[in-house]
Amino acid sequence: MIQNEQWLLSLGTFLPLVGVLVMLFIPKKDELLAKQVALGTALATLAVGAYTLYKFDYDAAEKLQFFTTNNWIKPISATYTVGLDGISLPLYFLSMAITVLVMVYSWNHIPNPGNAKAFFILMLVLQTGMAGTFVAQDLILFFVFFEVVLLPMYFMIGVWGGENRQYASLKFFLYTMFGSALMLVAFIALFVVTKNNAADPDAANFSFQWLSANGPDVAKNTAIWIFAGMFIGFAVKVPMFPFHTWLPDAHTQAPTQGSVILAAILLKLGTYGFVRIAIPFLPQAAVKWAPIIGVLAVIGIIYGSLACLAQTDMKRLIAFSSVAHMGFVMLGISTLTTLGINAALFGMVAHGLITGMLFFVAGSVKERYHTLEIKRLSGMLTQMPKMGWILGFCAMASLGLPGLAGFWGEFPAILASWSPAKVLIGNGHEGLYQVLTIIAALGTVLAAGYLLWLYQRTAFGEPTAEFASAGHDTHGHDAHGYDAHGHDAHGDDHGSDIHDVTKFEWIAWAPLLVAILVFGVVPSLMFKIMDPAVQQLTSVFGGK
Amino acid sequence: VTHVFAFASPVVDFHALAPELVLAVGICLVILVDLFVPDHRKWITGTLSGFVMLGALLPVVTLAVIGDDYRSALMDGEAGQGITGRYVIDNFALVLKALFLLSGYVVVLLSTHEQDDKQYQGEFYTMLLSSVLGMVMMASARDLVGLFVALEFLSIPAYMMAAWKKRDRKSNEAGVKYYLLGVFASAVMLYGMSLLYGLAGSTKLTEIGKVITLEGDRVGVQVLAIVFVIIGFAFKISAVPFHTWAPDTYEGAPTPVTAFLSVASKAAGFIGLIVLVYLAFPMAQDVYRPFLWVMAALTMTVGNVVALKQTNIVRMLAYSSVSQGGFILMPLAIAFTNGNQGASLRAVVVYLVIYAATNLGAFAVVIAVSRKTRSGEIASFGGLFRYAPGLTVMMTIFLASLAGIPPLGGWYAKFGAFKAAVDAAGGWGYGIAIVGAVNAVIATAYYITVMREMWMKPVPDGDVMPIKVPGSLQAAIGLCGIATLVFGVLPGLIGKAGAITDLAGALLP
Repeated sequence: MIQNEQWLLSLGTFLPLVGVLVMLFIPKKDELLAKQVALGTALATLAVGAYTLYKFDYDAAEKLQFFTTNNWIKPISATYTVGLDGISLPLYFLSMAITVLVMVYSWNHIPNPGNAKAFFILMLVLQTGMAGTFVAQDLILFFVFFEVVLLPMYFMIGVWGGENRQYASLKFFLYTMFGSALMLVAFIALFVVTKNNAADPDAANFSFQWLSANGPDVAKNTAIWIFAGMFIGFAVKVPMFPFHTWLPDAHTQAPTQGSVILAAILLKLGTYGFVRIAIPFLPQAAVKWAPIIGVLAVIGIIYGSLACLAQTDMKRLIAFSSVAHMGFVMLGISTLTTLGINAALFGMVAHGLITGMLFFVAGSVKERYHTLEIKRLSGMLTQMPKMGWILGFCAMASLGLPGLAGFWGEFPAILASWSPAKVLIGNGHEGLYQVLTIIAALGTVLAAGYLLWLYQRTAFGEPTAEFASAGHDTHGHDAHGYDAHGHDAHGDDHGSDIHDVTKFEWIAWAPLLVAILVFGVVPSLMFKIMDPAVQQLTSVFGGK
Repeated sequence: VTHVFAFASPVVDFHALAPELVLAVGICLVILVDLFVPDHRKWITGTLSGFVMLGALLPVVTLAVIGDDYRSALMDGEAGQGITGRYVIDNFALVLKALFLLSGYVVVLLSTHEQDDKQYQGEFYTMLLSSVLGMVMMASARDLVGLFVALEFLSIPAYMMAAWKKRDRKSNEAGVKYYLLGVFASAVMLYGMSLLYGLAGSTKLTEIGKVITLEGDRVGVQVLAIVFVIIGFAFKISAVPFHTWAPDTYEGAPTPVTAFLSVASKAAGFIGLIVLVYLAFPMAQDVYRPFLWVMAALTMTVGNVVALKQTNIVRMLAYSSVSQGGFILMPLAIAFTNGNQGASLRAVVVYLVIYAATNLGAFAVVIAVSRKTRSGEIASFGGLFRYAPGLTVMMTIFLASLAGIPPLGGWYAKFGAFKAAVDAAGGWGYGIAIVGAVNAVIATAYYITVMREMWMKPVPDGDVMPIKVPGSLQAAIGLCGIATLVFGVLPGLIGKAGAITDLAGALLP
């Protein structure tokens, strides 16, 4: 590991909290100042992130950089250890970028019931939790950051969400809580077992360093049980079939900003946990669990896709597409190969960009039409051509069109599953994986189906009668489009007519759109950062 | 037979006894001051009591700074016996003394604006100080007589405080129920203690520990003694099935008193259990372990399940406090399983400290809110976020901490308890850890109900006038909030404050 700029990651992680402290002293009425401080903090954090990108030694991407370690909670041997390698770097930076973009979008899109100060504070707290999870190199530290995101997201859904927000937020909370309780027990068990096995038990601690060195020696049957605890914790977060049922509700009910953060970053905490913790610390158990993960992943792909075809609500459709996409990510991981895990990591970022973008579009559509019911939306391309094109672009990216980012997450994952890691072949699972490959490939066809169908129904044709005149008449929707939230209290400057993409939307979306294109055309930009670390990870499985 | 009546004055370590002495002098002072100040200045007695608590904290700090591992306040004439005193000042005792004094101080802050009968303020604070004195003694007692005297000393004023709202039937009921079940428990315990004394011929816990081995021809009596004594303390900590007084008493008593009972009085009960398990029963694992194990499992489960259906916030917190007691019992039940003594002791003490800060904070917010709403219903918290965002955030912090969500103190308390259980390994350890994990998840459900009311529900009567929170209450909420946050982020601090590694005299490896 490289111990340079040891302050950098702590600064990037905790800077948002400084902003929160400042914001606590801003009176609630002074919304503009609160927004400015929040965005300023997020931009400063992003600058720290950019500096991290700049200082990162790409020739040593497999090594932990900016590494620092300190005593934290001595009685339980937990340390404050942070570091960054090629696996975490993209996600770390993505979390910072997404927060800035979401804040820009929120500038005049504060959902009901308002209160910009609290809303922005929650986003900053979320930012700390997300960044912290990706840099933590100690299991307890990881756990704390992993949980820090829970309450802010709960409140974001529950206070600022849609009609069913209370149910959705509670479901989200309890599912996650259930997962983390088991995960925590597994973490403790892993520590205790490695400690008891160690020649020098006093040296045992919760740092990834210790656990990755000693975890692989855990007896196979014990390891399988410990892996099970972690599996449930991470699988709920991903979410994998059959732990996914909180996701459609949470996504549908969350405010746009919440959906974007959830899709772009929070779901990745689970997959990241598999790659960073469960697999490297318990490789023997991982080999046993991999086929199960693979099967569940493929069930997720097909189930998610079929569910998408049945949705009548655009946002719910996007939510179910997340289940399918995360299935591809988990399929990649389950191959235990370099190619598969690279694809999974790429897929995580790509899904973050694309689905985040789709939720942005859905939010803006909802704001204009006051509905997301697919059959009431039509002719978006004639009514707001730019928005229509953006939706098309994202749909294409999401279905995995070559040349856009989505492709590089799915295609290599499918490819990798045809020939999984040598240990898996040795265990006689090659045939199973090849079946999975075929089914997953069918899943991409379904994906094309539901996305193109969605696009066809919403963007093509003529606007439905109820919205046909809305573009010209600022009160045209009064008769129909209202939901339980009642009046549109966004306080934005452009009334409630159906208009095309606004300035703030462009600022928030352009970076994502560019990134989707750039990573689609030059995927090696990201692969080359991740690959060395992944190779190191998969070497024990004889992966290629 | 010689020198039976010869009285040799014990050597008294006045520094070690200073906290108790400051409190005793303070009690007299408060009574005197109360006699001479006019009615409209009775608040002085409250302020004075606060200073007495803080004054008593000073010697606790100096004792901690000196850093002796162990001192015996009363050299009881058995020189050379080292760590077997009857009244012991060790790190364990110091941490808990500090806990009691600080809790007492916070309760004074909570009570300042809650006194409706102005003329009884002096008496109220005298009772409070006396009860705290009993608790401070409890932390040091290592002898049956000491334990019993301390327990009565802390309980009797508490019975009266529970019934303090003289014209309120519920408060009277609270007091009477608490009193009757309390004395009943004392009687059972005393019976057990008499058996222990009969078996060991000594009231000193370490001496008893040598005799209670579950071997020989008096095993039946030994078992009976252990069970009786534990039942006595189980009442104090409101462990299921001896918890039935708690919800009624908590609901009826004035809320500051409820806060006091649910935190300090409960912690005192746990001290009794700890010293008994560690000093008197270490070789009687086969009796106390299944007993405490089942009690822990029942306590957390029943407390949780009943808490789920409460509509009154104080009753909900009462059952939550019952359930939290189960989590504190968890490491105690498996204390001597697999050489786990140190970790278990630490887990219990850390839990008590964090739980005290958190629960007092939660009650402080309840008091603040009910100043406006005049209601104890959970529904009265509806829409609190709209008109009292500060209180809402603080309450959220306290509830999240009780639920054990990082990075708030409660997570570390629960973590320590789980780790102790997993460390103990085997069926006992893993079994209770699983029961605990399930309960931890159930518990979040009712804490989150309150959060939901505050953040997501409309204001019930549409009255969004801000709440005026008096300074003392703000201070209490602030203190508890800071403690809850700091203990969550840097939980090592509690350990450092006391460096609690063992209990003086305990049979630790």
